[in-house]
Amino acid sequence: MRHDFIDRYSRLASPIHSIPPSVKLVGALIILLLVVTMPISVPFLHGSLALALLVIAALSRIPPGFLVKRLVYLEPFAIGAALLTLFQTNGLALFAALVLKSTLCLLTMILLANVTPFADILDVLKRWHFPALLVTTLALMYRYLFLLIDQAERMSRARVSRTFVSGRRRSWHLLGTMVGQLGVRSTERAERIYAAMRARGWR
Amino acid sequence: MHIPDGFLDGRTAAVSAALSITALGVALNHAKRSMPPQRIPLLGLTASFIFAAQMLNFPVAGGTSGHLIGAVLAAILLGPGGAVIAVTAVLIVQALLFADGGVLALGANVFNMAVTGSVGGYALYRLIGRIAPGPRGRLVAAGFSSWLMTVVMSVLCAGELAWSGTSPWTVTFPAMANVHMLIGLGEGTITMLAVAAVARVRPDLLDDRSGRPAQSYGPLLAYGGIIVLGMVFFVSPFASPWPDGLERVATSLGFEEKALSPPVIQSPIADYRIPGLGSSVAATGLAGAVGALLVFVLSFFLAHLLVRDHRQGSPT
Repeated sequence: MRHDFIDRYSRLASPIHSIPPSVKLVGALIILLLVVTMPISVPFLHGSLALALLVIAALSRIPPGFLVKRLVYLEPFAIGAALLTLFQTNGLALFAALVLKSTLCLLTMILLANVTPFADILDVLKRWHFPALLVTTLALMYRYLFLLIDQAERMSRARVSRTFVSGRRRSWHLLGTMVGQLGVRSTERAERIYAAMRARGWR
Repeated sequence: MHIPDGFLDGRTAAVSAALSITALGVALNHAKRSMPPQRIPLLGLTASFIFAAQMLNFPVAGGTSGHLIGAVLAAILLGPGGAVIAVTAVLIVQALLFADGGVLALGANVFNMAVTGSVGGYALYRLIGRIAPGPRGRLVAAGFSSWLMTVVMSVLCAGELAWSGTSPWTVTFPAMANVHMLIGLGEGTITMLAVAAVARVRPDLLDDRSGRPAQSYGPLLAYGGIIVLGMVFFVSPFASPWPDGLERVATSLGFEEKALSPPVIQSPIADYRIPGLGSSVAATGLAGAVGALLVFVLSFFLAHLLVRDHRQGSPT
């Protein structure tokens, strides 16, 4: 069980956690919109947003080390994409602006995920009349995500403990077979889930 | 491949969101009308499966590792409409829960991976499967379409970044396309092996007639139109109308000309030219064409090995 890093702190008790989820979702979207659409040259805007995010982070009682770790984990993707901008005349300024903007966006989303249980976000989406089938798919996905990650880990542990020879060709073959097996197992799980849903009187 | 927030301008985000929402609407509508109810949990579980499979890394050259995208695999298992919904769900959860891929960039990410990746991959998979029937043909189809769609998705990504004025096409296109021609090899191999494994255990899951909603051409035409529209917006300002596979050699000669003409990006970056970069666009186009042929031959070879293995009942 190494996957509780996903939204480990979403159920803490803090002033931020007790804000209604719809307010938090709208708030996060507004922050993202401001960060992305406003030019970096607008004085104080991005600085004050960063300050606001830090205050929220402090109030939410999420350990700062966790936030930093998540940020460090996600940052390389943003920086990698931003590197492509360096090959221009004003590349460096653009690069700095992109890294700053994407860091603020990442921090916003990391905070949102860790102050709002995902089920609450789904409730909001349902109230906003998102298509029912999409919300159901998201709910089922979230419900079984942890199970399947566990299953994938169990399978790769079993593989490691039984494979005595290693080789490039073989490891590819095993990885592909594992993905296929995981697909079959999740399909069969879906079949059992449907049977269970029907047995409990679903539709 | 997941575009983070902050990299797209409002215009690109809005256009791609409109395209994605339309495609998702078509998929959801079609599913509501003709999908048998036992497939509802399957959408969610396949979404979890794709998510879990994306966490398994495979080695790419130089100590780096890539991971599966799985859009084509989802389409092979679910059909095009189901895959659009499932892969969209994966991207939404990744954006909201993992901050992997932006929220405002969700439209672009959904358009690239869930719509173009799944539906384009499915169409290619079926087309090749029709030309080369049988279990071997199916593997070739799975491997080749996964590779090609990985490259196509990365080119769309490059087009969106260039259209936003974030980075010039002459840099983004060669960088993205070349890297993903390599990563696509991993995607294609894994998809091929995974389909072979499914075929061994539950061949009925690959059978198009078992329990899937009746394939009608309406939604497919709608997806096709949406994808073409996206290409027109994101890629055609930079390249001549996107050539398919074999035509690419011919048109790649035109790339250079296009790349030299005034950039469509309205920002003061007219002289960002670095020696050799203009021609690298043409070189990338050429590499793509040669690569496509090579990968096609390779996937035939691998399919031959796999199917022969299977008949002998080899262990594993």
